[in-house]
Amino acid sequence: MRRLQAWWFVAPALAVICVFFFLPVAAALVLSLTDFDIYALADLGNLRFVGLRNYLDLVATPLFWKAVLNTLYFVIVGVPLSLCVSLACALLLNARAARFRGFFRTALFAPVVTTLVAVAVIWRYLYNTRYGLLNYALGFAGIDPIDWLGDPRFAMPAIILFAVWKNFGYNMVILFAGLQTIREELYEAARIDGATYVKQLRYITLPMLAPVLALVSILTVAGYFQLFAEPYVMTQGGPLQSTMSVLYLMYEEGFKWWNLGTASAVAFVLFLFIFAVTVLELRLARQRFPA
Amino acid sequence: MMPAPAAAHLPRRRFLGLLLASLAAGCTARASDSVLRLWAMGREGEVVAGLLPGFERTHPGVRVVVQQLPWTAAHEKLLTAFAGESLPDVFQLGNTWIPEFVALNALEPLDAYAGTSRDVDLADYFGGILETNRIGSTLYGVPWYVDTRLLFYRRDLVAQAGFSDAPRSWPEWMDVLTAVKKTVGANRYAILLPLNEFEPLLALALQQSAPLLRDGNRFGNFESADFRRTLSFYVEIFRRGLAPPLTNADISNVWNEFGRGYFSFYISGPWNIGEFERRLPPEVRGAWMTAPLPGPDGPGASIAGGSSFVMSSASRHKALAWQLIEYLSQPEMQRALYAATGDLPPRRSAWRDSKLAGDPYARAFRDQLERVKPTPKVPEWERIATEMRLAAERAVHGDWSIDRAAAELDARADRILDKRRYLIARGATR
Repeated sequence: MRRLQAWWFVAPALAVICVFFFLPVAAALVLSLTDFDIYALADLGNLRFVGLRNYLDLVATPLFWKAVLNTLYFVIVGVPLSLCVSLACALLLNARAARFRGFFRTALFAPVVTTLVAVAVIWRYLYNTRYGLLNYALGFAGIDPIDWLGDPRFAMPAIILFAVWKNFGYNMVILFAGLQTIREELYEAARIDGATYVKQLRYITLPMLAPVLALVSILTVAGYFQLFAEPYVMTQGGPLQSTMSVLYLMYEEGFKWWNLGTASAVAFVLFLFIFAVTVLELRLARQRFPA
Repeated sequence: MMPAPAAAHLPRRRFLGLLLASLAAGCTARASDSVLRLWAMGREGEVVAGLLPGFERTHPGVRVVVQQLPWTAAHEKLLTAFAGESLPDVFQLGNTWIPEFVALNALEPLDAYAGTSRDVDLADYFGGILETNRIGSTLYGVPWYVDTRLLFYRRDLVAQAGFSDAPRSWPEWMDVLTAVKKTVGANRYAILLPLNEFEPLLALALQQSAPLLRDGNRFGNFESADFRRTLSFYVEIFRRGLAPPLTNADISNVWNEFGRGYFSFYISGPWNIGEFERRLPPEVRGAWMTAPLPGPDGPGASIAGGSSFVMSSASRHKALAWQLIEYLSQPEMQRALYAATGDLPPRRSAWRDSKLAGDPYARAFRDQLERVKPTPKVPEWERIATEMRLAAERAVHGDWSIDRAAAELDARADRILDKRRYLIARGATR
């Protein structure tokens, strides 16, 4: 009886999850086994069931692997960088010497709430080869101008820099909240024992912050795998497809070329990928912090 | 990190607003009224509303509801409208999209209407432009305005390099470019060919006699000697340092750069006449000119672009819809559109207007329009053209040789056309 009541309580949530999550995923899976395209849109008789061919074709397409590598590049470099910047800013904000804390907290959070498209326009100017502020600054260090968005070697670093700037504020706020829950007595005790700042950071701050860090990193990894908007507004996946991400590939296949079969296959592969990585991270986190 | 493009939200909201407005308008219409729905894109969508009162005056009891679509989302919205069986009676369609919508059976054949029409005289239209509206031998659209690509160049810099006229053939063009590069020096270039645009290379490729697809548009034909010659010419411009290997995103302001002489030649379309007049710095006003596109040996062809009016095959007011197309296709309507937007008319008679005939920058377009060619008429074409751009980009960066790029391009085109071949084999499509 109790159990039945409990089910009734969760039923609305379950219904929503079913309709908006399980159903689309199942539909995407079915779609990914067909060659749905505009011909099929005209007449469903033109739809062919192709089994796993979309997946096999995908694996045989160099562009797919390029997109996978680009996405991994973005995640592997971007996530640690983003977390370090967030943590550093959170520590600065939390430092006892910090003044105008409210102002800085708002200012550092501002990029998160600004419109990506609008700031992309400004960043394109910053990255401009001949008039950009970045190359101007590098000029003082004697470094020749870099074609940030036009050179395949620099486009992804430019996107990473932009994405980190755009997103670090979000994690910063969470980490800042985490820092404030660490009890002051711990630091006092450490200081009495003669611990330096670095040692306090190493033995008090980081261990106490670990659960929050784990949460933040899981969210960030899942988010960074879905790289799309930054290359979409900055480089359109170029130059030489060096900023083509898996999601961008899906967008092009599905919404530009209307190959919904292939696009679903890409989406499904990405979904499985993120799912696997998240499960792995959760398991690691659980081993470290059984609580 | 949002997966949805933020850019798509704004137009959608606007679209929703328009939709609500048109619904509200629909409710107040008298029951005896016929409502014609017309969708048009971008600036044309704004301007066309102002042309309609004349039509409504001569057709009492008929109301035309215009909906404006942003260009960036137009393709998606039209396909979605088709899937939802809510295409309007008449809509504007980029003429390269016509094959796709014909494959969807979304368009009404117009031969019967045009054959008996007083207002739409097909012989008055530029041949290459009209041809883009025919699939097989059936007419599916009536050209509204034209778009083609040709040369915009700095007359002063070309004169400085020792040439008085625009080049007419590829060898002449290469000579002029080389001479200009020599006079402007190491930090400036002779021409800008943005690597993220397929149109310049496509225009040059259309000048050759070999088609870009072969065997009834079933296979790529990029390994033909003709296409490889075009690609070599294009890549050679970069190899000799005459063009910077840049995309449009790296050029923050094309007009400023053209004004500064960063490049002296640019391949662009009619909309840039107005933009150049408005945006170039005062000291170079009058120092630039347009010229037809040089061909392999003498004046060459260019792309037959533009937009057409098409009628939905599901329309319930087909006779009225045709009358609307006729009304908007009159030469004076095309002139009104030109006056408001700078869009060039597809009818020769509309060009006899004094303003247009006297515009020195439009003259090259008038000349070029007699030599425009349609791109291959398959729904997959835009994707193949994108692959062509990517292959050319690789060749420019030196990753691929010309032969490798051509072979790779054929392989990709063949793969993209696989479904088409299957359907042709089944007899399901042309």
